[in-house]
Amino acid sequence: MAHSGINVLFEGTNFTRLLLGMWTTFKIAAIAIVIGLIIGIILGILRTFHNKLLRFVLRIYLEFFRIVPTVVLLFLFYYILPRQLNLHMPGTQVAMLVFALWVAAEMSDIVRGALISVPIHQRESGLAIGLTRYQLYRYVLVPQAVSLELPATINLITRVIKTTSLLMLISVMDVVNIGQQIVEANNQKYPTGVFWIYGLIFLLYFLIDYPLSWWAGRLEKKRLEQANGE
Amino acid sequence: MANEVLKVEHLEKYYQKKHVLHDINFSISKGEVITLLGPSGSGKSTLIRCLNGLEDFRNGEITFENKKVVPSEKNWQQLRQKIGMVFQSYDLFPNLTVLDNIMLGPTKVQKRNVDEVKKEVDELLKKVDLLDYKDAYPRQLSGGQKQRIAIVRALALHPEFMLFDEVTASLDPEMVRGVLNIIQDLADQDDMTMIIVTHEMNFAQQIADRVLFLKDGSILEDTPGKKFFKDPTTDQAKEFLQSMDF
Amino acid sequence: MSWEIIKQSLPMFQQGFVLTLYLSLVGIIGSAIVGIICSLVQYFKVPILDKILQVYIEISKNTPLLVQLFFLYYAFPAMGIKLSAQLCGIIGLIFLGGSYMAAGFSGGFNGVSKKQVESGKAIGLSNWQLARYVVFPQGFALSIPALAANIIFLIKETSIFTVIAIPELTNTALDLIGLYYNSNEYLFVLVVAYAIILIPLSIILTLLERRVRYGTFGN
Repeated sequence: MAHSGINVLFEGTNFTRLLLGMWTTFKIAAIAIVIGLIIGIILGILRTFHNKLLRFVLRIYLEFFRIVPTVVLLFLFYYILPRQLNLHMPGTQVAMLVFALWVAAEMSDIVRGALISVPIHQRESGLAIGLTRYQLYRYVLVPQAVSLELPATINLITRVIKTTSLLMLISVMDVVNIGQQIVEANNQKYPTGVFWIYGLIFLLYFLIDYPLSWWAGRLEKKRLEQANGE
Repeated sequence: MANEVLKVEHLEKYYQKKHVLHDINFSISKGEVITLLGPSGSGKSTLIRCLNGLEDFRNGEITFENKKVVPSEKNWQQLRQKIGMVFQSYDLFPNLTVLDNIMLGPTKVQKRNVDEVKKEVDELLKKVDLLDYKDAYPRQLSGGQKQRIAIVRALALHPEFMLFDEVTASLDPEMVRGVLNIIQDLADQDDMTMIIVTHEMNFAQQIADRVLFLKDGSILEDTPGKKFFKDPTTDQAKEFLQSMDF
Repeated sequence: MSWEIIKQSLPMFQQGFVLTLYLSLVGIIGSAIVGIICSLVQYFKVPILDKILQVYIEISKNTPLLVQLFFLYYAFPAMGIKLSAQLCGIIGLIFLGGSYMAAGFSGGFNGVSKKQVESGKAIGLSNWQLARYVVFPQGFALSIPALAANIIFLIKETSIFTVIAIPELTNTALDLIGLYYNSNEYLFVLVVAYAIILIPLSIILTLLERRVRYGTFGN
């Protein structure tokens, strides 16, 4: 029974279609992550400044993206952009926009956390040798913050990749959506094919995310050992 | 020797490839006070941490009360009740009150009667002038007070001998005396066997029956205290004493 | 935006709200239990079992909830195992949340400083006593922010239940949009509903984080 079901993967172009779907998924995630990280780093630095209004606005932005579930964010942008702003975007672009804004929000918090955890005397001794604020960030604070924030950033990336599984909800032809179509088309011929299709999708996600989270875990462990070794 | 408490023979210690202790040999008899002196990085702390199993060592033997120590975690756990140790950074448990910090070992490890231990702890706290802080949490105490409590915590187990690892090194100068007086009293009144790592040279001179001078992981001198401070044998020890303004 | 439409939809949202809360609660409690078990097994390095649980944790952590749910809901019946949508949702959420909670607890336990462990050893505490009196109490306090963040995360993940048609909040809104097409109103109610649940939690989380950061123990 089950061993015949596996053939659904090799029927016609099914296997390539699934991989192409994964590629679409991956592309959306990659573009959103790059844009989101850049915006997030800038916002994170801005959030360590003393301007109260700026900090308040950015905090609200973060909290909004933290509190509203990603599914809901996708629908908000999918329905509201075209109707209220008359901005017609295909699902893939809506998804990139939502993910980029979400990554930016989360990243701003990671960057801010890392920056404020650089000891105060580092900041002061930087100022004491006459560094400007830009130089202080460029040469002292940001380099120290990077090693602190790297594991959290990698973990954020794995979360984004997992969250791309929601793309099918706004009609993007991602790997899950294609999987569903294949299941429906082959249900008669391969009743247990569904097991193999979703099993493969499961595996594909795992293969992308596992190395990343392994890397993050290793970095984190190294940092802990260093902190303890002092 | 009949009343030998601890004997160390041919002890070697490596950190990965780095050879940090070279062929360490010495013994300590009951009631004796040894101070372990030497420049920083010479391996003093590593050595006394080996003596209660917090560091493992590659070769060599430790004999405690005429019995060879088989270095397993289980054996060390038994032995540590008899070997008190106080650290530079006090390391009281922040989640427990002063009293619970002290009671933990005697009541949970040694399963002694709670009321008896309490009475005894009161006495000990009175001795170090901290009875009023019995129910305080560690974060409410100053560094010197924490260190005095840490000493009491170790003493409450009735150890056969005590290890002190730079216990005054992170204290403000005005706190140092109080802590050193307690250690001095232990030597004078209780005849406690002790190995002390310290940078307080006056104190070392006052308290040491013997000095072990350590440099680059080797014991260069094992001399009576009086002789070491007046007339050290090696040039390295002379240099060291000079550098300490002594 | 029409208040009339919002008013009419409220009873339906109320049902979704209750279901979201219920499923979240069951999922969170289940996840916490799985998480505690995993972190204890890993802390004491129980042979074999810790390797098995490590495999579970990696799978759970590195695959999306949506795919886990599809697997439970669509693929399991093909293997002869039929579960109701709600049960699939709860199992999926616990499967996912267990590894997050385990990471939270383990992070706390590992965060207890090496010096604390050494000074516990120095007074002769056994491994179990060290865990019971030193590592767990301190580690639990350290893990509270991560646990609170997990709680918020898991509540938000229940929105994905909509893909297997569990009538929780998000599913209610999408159904209403499908029926009446008033997307502005229904999405507005949906966001407000999540805010009602999550804003208080988020505030508590911030306070807890501050408390733990300043190392407030006792009192």
